[in-house]
Amino acid sequence: MNKKNVSQIRKDFPNLHVKVHGKPLVYLDNAATTLKPNVVIDAITNHYKTTTANIHRGVHYLSEKATADFEVTRNKIKALINAKSSAEIIFTRGTTESINLVSNSYGRTFLKKGDEILISEMEHHSNIVPWQMLCQEKGCILRIIPFTDSGELDLNAFTKLLTPKIKFISIVYISNSLGTINPVKTMIARAHQLGIPVLVDAAQAIAHLPIDVQELDCDFLVFSGHKMYGPTGVGVLYGKTELLNKMPPYQGGGDMISSVTFEKTTYNVLPHKFEAGTPNIADVIGLAAAIDYIQKLGWDYIEKHDQELLDYGTKALNKISQLRLIGTAKQKSAVLSFVLPQIHPHDLGTLVDQDGIAIRTGHHCTQPVMKHFGVPATARASFAIYNTKEEIDKLVQSIEKAKKIFK
Amino acid sequence: MTDQNELYQQVILEHNKKPRNFKKLEKPTHMAEGYNPLCGDHLMVYLNLNKDNTIEDVTFEGDGCAISKASASMMTMTLKGKSVDEANKLFEEFHQLVTGNLNPDKDKNILGKLAIFSNVWHFPARVKCASLCWHTMKGALDKKKSISTE
Repeated sequence: MNKKNVSQIRKDFPNLHVKVHGKPLVYLDNAATTLKPNVVIDAITNHYKTTTANIHRGVHYLSEKATADFEVTRNKIKALINAKSSAEIIFTRGTTESINLVSNSYGRTFLKKGDEILISEMEHHSNIVPWQMLCQEKGCILRIIPFTDSGELDLNAFTKLLTPKIKFISIVYISNSLGTINPVKTMIARAHQLGIPVLVDAAQAIAHLPIDVQELDCDFLVFSGHKMYGPTGVGVLYGKTELLNKMPPYQGGGDMISSVTFEKTTYNVLPHKFEAGTPNIADVIGLAAAIDYIQKLGWDYIEKHDQELLDYGTKALNKISQLRLIGTAKQKSAVLSFVLPQIHPHDLGTLVDQDGIAIRTGHHCTQPVMKHFGVPATARASFAIYNTKEEIDKLVQSIEKAKKIFK
Repeated sequence: MTDQNELYQQVILEHNKKPRNFKKLEKPTHMAEGYNPLCGDHLMVYLNLNKDNTIEDVTFEGDGCAISKASASMMTMTLKGKSVDEANKLFEEFHQLVTGNLNPDKDKNILGKLAIFSNVWHFPARVKCASLCWHTMKGALDKKKSISTE
């Protein structure tokens, strides 16, 4: 394995080297989106410069080349998450569209009035609202797995909620606002005892831990390219072949058909049945470079680095008097949400930004989580492969400085 | 370069710490609720108008960042004793101020102490923090019950 240290990794990310308000950028908003390495930027640029064409259509050289490059990404994703077949990998615009695809196609076909859908209290709005919309339309009932004050799913409550009335479960693997790594494998096994399909939202997990969909035995898994050092505008839906085959198309158009007459249209086979219209070709090709980058780096480095930053950051922030960490689960990824009694997160966000430090402030699209902790918003530092302990020190200094202004 | 200290001036910090007129009015003639869904800032503005359309009393309650709290506090101080027409004019001028379209040193205005918010337009993400209370006050005068910045 290509062993790299963090200073070498930082050289691969040009955006890390810009100055913000005259200070070197400290980018700690990786749960929102990660920065992109040169290899990803180059792959996209090269496609536009040398292989621009529509895919699955032309017989000319460029179209065949672009089609082959596009399908290479599908195969790399199949390998990355250990799917059985590349036909189980559907390209979407992102996690949100992947969930909407499942709620529309699977949900509207197989769920009926009175059926229950189970999600958790720590879901991102993108894993709440599509299911609420489905409930409104079909008369289904949304059930919520609560979490404890440390930010861990209450598995006793899960057991009680898990009745034959539940017809679908959709849960987050790693929480974007709390950092909690949920025991999805155990939960899936329990759900399968009752024959309930499970969707795993891996938007945060995909760049932080190795995922094996066959080992997890999840029925669907969704994620975005841009949180794994890839481009925005491309995401993935993994689904088991047998489920995808019995689901109707999500959108109609070109590429998703085998034949069209005004009397009857025959749909294409998987995965194309779910990929209507010209996809985001350049960014799908760029995503392949991101996957290569992650795999070259290796999960040993990624997981070790994540835990080191989490440990260091947790200790460093806990030393700041009156600072309260939100989300202290035992199994956690490097996300640190926090509040200070005297400074509103938005003021803190503006103040640390003046030191070149990018953190997220707000409800992180998880308003129920904010409600649980009785706060309107939090500040959140979230880490990636290129972050350093020195950057955490800078954050701490900047918070202390802000505290002096707000004393 | 605009530096943070120009946004977080002592007056603003002080109003954040000790907001004036920070209470509910029991029987307001006008009231509205303001909400910024983006950041969760939330406030109520209460007004008591007399028969001559003069603002006899104005108060606010709510949760928000320093900018939104200080802005609401200073708004209530400014509006007491003003006519509805003056309040509307101040609303317009404040909006121009925080969007960078009014320079209090050059352009004629009746903003007075509110000119301290002139740096807010350098922080586009924070413009709504400063203007939420004003939109809510305007909504109350126009008899709208709830105001959202979105």
